[in-house]
Amino acid sequence: MSVNETVKFGRSKGFFETFDRRPGPIKKNMHYCPGCGHGILHKLIAEALIDLGMRDKMIVISPVGCAVFAYYYFDCGGISVPHGRAPAVATGMIRANPDSFVISYQGDGDLGAIGLNNFLQAANRGENMTVCFVNNGIYGMTSGQMAPTTLVGQKTATSPYGRSATNEGYPLKVAEMVAALESPIYVERVALTSTKNIRAARTALRKGLTYMREKRGFSLIEFLAACPVNLKKNASEADDWIENNMIPYFPLGRFKDVASDRSPIERPEPVFDKEKVVEALFPADSGLDWRKKEAKLRKELRIKCAGFGGQGVLSLGLMIAEMGQSRDINVSWLPSYGPEMRGGTANCSVVLSNNEIGSPIVKETNLLITMNQPSMDKFLPDLLPKGLLLYDRTNIERPDTDRRTYSVEAGRIAIELGNPKCANSAIMGAFAACLRGIEQVNYEEAFEEAIRKTFAKKANLVNLNIEAFRKGKESVKIENVN
Amino acid sequence: MSGATEEKFRVEIISDECKGCLRCVNACPREVIVPTDQVNMMGVVYVEYADEGCIGCGACFYACPEPGAITVYEKKK
Repeated sequence: MSVNETVKFGRSKGFFETFDRRPGPIKKNMHYCPGCGHGILHKLIAEALIDLGMRDKMIVISPVGCAVFAYYYFDCGGISVPHGRAPAVATGMIRANPDSFVISYQGDGDLGAIGLNNFLQAANRGENMTVCFVNNGIYGMTSGQMAPTTLVGQKTATSPYGRSATNEGYPLKVAEMVAALESPIYVERVALTSTKNIRAARTALRKGLTYMREKRGFSLIEFLAACPVNLKKNASEADDWIENNMIPYFPLGRFKDVASDRSPIERPEPVFDKEKVVEALFPADSGLDWRKKEAKLRKELRIKCAGFGGQGVLSLGLMIAEMGQSRDINVSWLPSYGPEMRGGTANCSVVLSNNEIGSPIVKETNLLITMNQPSMDKFLPDLLPKGLLLYDRTNIERPDTDRRTYSVEAGRIAIELGNPKCANSAIMGAFAACLRGIEQVNYEEAFEEAIRKTFAKKANLVNLNIEAFRKGKESVKIENVN
Repeated sequence: MSGATEEKFRVEIISDECKGCLRCVNACPREVIVPTDQVNMMGVVYVEYADEGCIGCGACFYACPEPGAITVYEKKK
């Protein structure tokens, strides 16, 4: 450039000066094939980032697809995410950083197939983001398979005789679908083909980004773009193909623009302060001063609670988990919901551990608590050789097993106290006694705290359950010690 | 293509950044971007500016998928 001229159109500052993140010797070019529509759109985005002053607060999120390496190029925040998950990650970003801007840059296979649910839910929530949807009617990165937007009759690697509407259905009209939702504010379909269409695309993109800057909500811009390599055409033929075949089915135009009717969206303020998060999760009036008490378990306990639906086995498991949580032990509680709940055995898995818990599913059991005969028959084979069995002998026969076995007449205790529903607290009392034997630590206080918390909204049941708990603890009977 | 007066606009094409897709050639309303018979370092037959006739519309710049292969300059008045 000589001193007496200026750049009218040139490389945007929205791109890195050199693409140092890109491996290999080529640092000025992008990795796209010759004639690819991605490059055209990248330039429009880079230019808009600078012109609209959004670069410093922009995060471009690109999931799997040819554009997964978008972070090589844009001089702004960038994340690559798993296939189809860009709108979900974008939601997290925008909720945690409400003053940032997020572009979700997705292809048709990504957005229309694997990520359709993530995308539609984000659109329906009206997240403040701009989705750039690049629709080329084919899977480009994996070399030309049929995509959700492949046209009827179009030949691809996986539809060698052409897409058939009777077998594969019709191409997905994403823009029309999103425009039908209430939340999105701006939906437009454009094409990256002729100069006129590229100009319209540039205007649409800037409109979407401007709305995002004003926090108006969700906008979708669908770009019909050429994939010359996989269409087996040159760039000019690919553009003609888009104009003659895609546009008649995917008409260009603005499907929705209601931004002027909407006020800027407001979301709950994000909270990052640890103390405030703890306070939100464990309010001071919950009666749990858990931060001061810590307990170390001698080993991870994998517990199965099982019984008849309605006996309170799920809340038994929940109270045990509450107890662990109140002592800063890692816990998981996983109920088994299923058809067996309707009048059969119900069960839940509880894990208490000092380490992070890998799987919340308990198969090989350290501690088995059974409250009826069918669940005893079902789960006793899973009890480890050094495991411990605790059962309600009111209604279960003494099992023929060499495991360490304890029993308690939980059902009878509950009936004597006048409420059969507190049998679970009684058996928990017996469990507390067993745990004391295993751990050499008395968790009785923590269990009672857990009962108080569980029944916090049913004050009249607190004392009943605590009494059942104490009676259960006192009347536990050793059946077998191996 | 007046030719009589000095050109107001000028296109510069960095040949090593050209991938030879010919989008700019198709987009140029004045047909002043033309293919060459030369091969660049990427092994691509690149295009060049015909040295005169640019009207500064930017069609080639927006049609080109590469960030910096094409630059359009305007002479200061």
